Amino acid sequence: MSMNILSIPTHFKGSFGRQKHVRKALERVMHGIFFFFGIVAVGFVLLISAYLIFSGLPAIREIGLRNFLFGTVWKSTAAQPEFGILPFLLTSVYGTAGAMLVGVPVGFMTAMFLSKVAPRPLAAIVRPAVDLLAGIPSVVYGLIGMIVLVPTIRSVFDLSDGACLLAAILVLAIMILPSIVSVSETALNAVPKEYEDASLALGATEIETYFRVSAPAAKSGIAAAIVLGIGRAIGEAMAILMVAGNVANMPTLFSSVTFLTTAIAKEMSYSSGLQRQALFSIALVLFLFIMLINIGLNLLLKRGKEG
Amino acid sequence: MEPVLSVKGLNLYYGSTQALKNVSIDLPEKQVTALIGPSGCGKSTFLKTLDRMNDLVPGVTINGSVQYRGLEIYAPDVDVTWLRRQIGMVFQKPNPFPMSIYDNIAYGPRTHGVRDRKHLDEIVEKSLRGAAIWDEVKDRLKKSALGLSGGQQQRICIARALAVEPDVLLMDEATSALDPISTSKIEDLIADLKNTYTIVIVTHNMQQATRVSDKCAFFLLGELVESGDTGQMFSMPREKRTEDYITGRFG
Ligand SMILES: Nc1ncnc2c1ncn2[C@@H]1O[C@H](COP(=O)(O)OP(=O)(O)OP(=O)(O)O)[C@@H](O)[C@H]1O
Ligand SMILES: [Mg+2]
Repeated sequence: MSMNILSIPTHFKGSFGRQKHVRKALERVMHGIFFFFGIVAVGFVLLISAYLIFSGLPAIREIGLRNFLFGTVWKSTAAQPEFGILPFLLTSVYGTAGAMLVGVPVGFMTAMFLSKVAPRPLAAIVRPAVDLLAGIPSVVYGLIGMIVLVPTIRSVFDLSDGACLLAAILVLAIMILPSIVSVSETALNAVPKEYEDASLALGATEIETYFRVSAPAAKSGIAAAIVLGIGRAIGEAMAILMVAGNVANMPTLFSSVTFLTTAIAKEMSYSSGLQRQALFSIALVLFLFIMLINIGLNLLLKRGKEG
Repeated sequence: MEPVLSVKGLNLYYGSTQALKNVSIDLPEKQVTALIGPSGCGKSTFLKTLDRMNDLVPGVTINGSVQYRGLEIYAPDVDVTWLRRQIGMVFQKPNPFPMSIYDNIAYGPRTHGVRDRKHLDEIVEKSLRGAAIWDEVKDRLKKSALGLSGGQQQRICIARALAVEPDVLLMDEATSALDPISTSKIEDLIADLKNTYTIVIVTHNMQQATRVSDKCAFFLLGELVESGDTGQMFSMPREKRTEDYITGRFG
């Protein structure tokens, strides 16, 4: 008996030793695999950046940076072609800002409602409905915008054509809602109940508490929601291609407009020569634009977190 | 003298489990009343019935009478926000808002409509002085309250409660998360505050109860077993169960 007991540890020791070896090797292999996939992701980003820069620069060099960025006329197929993208730039800026102006308050209030106010059964209906919005393909948004929104805008504002910046803004606003709602709601849900209790115990009403304590406490999450929304809005092409009219006008609320994204999408299939190169330059501008916004907002977020 | 708070035949149920059983007690003005008893006996629950913070818990049923200066606080026409202004609360875990020290203290007054900057400055200073923390924070009012130590945070919370000029102050184990020095600071503070406020504290610390309270109430399994003058209760408890608890034989 005692012999037996004594022999077991030595036997185990041997097998543990071998296992340790195998596990260590496995560990190393797994590290290698993770590293590889990490590098692949980074590699793609670098590849895309490099490609955009190389293919985007020639046209800008030929047209001139000032003429390209600040030219107000885009006539890519005329006998005397002009390649000014200011109308697209401004349209993208106004369109995104407009979508945020409409979408953020609506999304924030919806999140507040779901997180704090709504009775459980009602929230259980509204939440999946909002999530479902996220799953609808953008071409469907475009389609519905085209069939419902555009004619409505035309008749309400008595226009000759309802396809305009306003239509695009409204479609974008609805498209960014789900991400704004779900990210803000998560942030609001994470606010410690102690904060809210403290506020209520001071004689604040529930609504006062939600707006003056819960919302500020969730501000970094809400800011993240806004960043996400901006990212989605500025990069969207398909849905707004169908409702914005696609004329290279300087943007006003009721003019038919072209975004940076839609400028590329609508001409790429038949473009050639300098025109084609200029489209790549637009892509480069869009890319830098999004990077800039992301970096700026990230800095803002970091500052908010520290402050 | 009329008691500030007068509770009669109070029963409270969380769903179907009864957490308070036929509790009756008077809380006299400008005195410190300590609630003692083993964990889970209903001290926090009782404290929260006094400023109606239990309203927030789903499935709570309350019956019996709680009167604040003669007013039935569970009557349907009572403005709960008004009541909570009269009866302030300090929680077990220091819970300053994630804002500046100044904004923490100014939160209550701002909520109740004080906008004038100078007036707010005065309230903030007065409240921080009242909570014996002015000297420690006067140079960093604009800094986040979360950067303070636990003991300082708790005094910020006391100052925040004082800023709405309550009549009664409820403190639920306000020192249990603090070190002995911070604790003694807050005990001194309580002794000071009772000149102005009626105070109810919950504590697990028998020495603390004898040090700071005038009246004492012993809870067990949702029942108020005994209440009376602290000195008398600790020297000559009327009930065997009280004696067992304060001498450390159970709980
Ligand atoms: N929100 C709630 N829902 C259901 N039951 C609860 C709730 N809060 C407290 N209880 C129950 O009510 C009883 C009294 O709880 P209470 O928190 O008042 O005790 P306590 O005396 O403050 O204890 P402690 O000293 O540990 O803080 C306990 O049995 C507890 O489980
Ligand atoms: Mg408790």
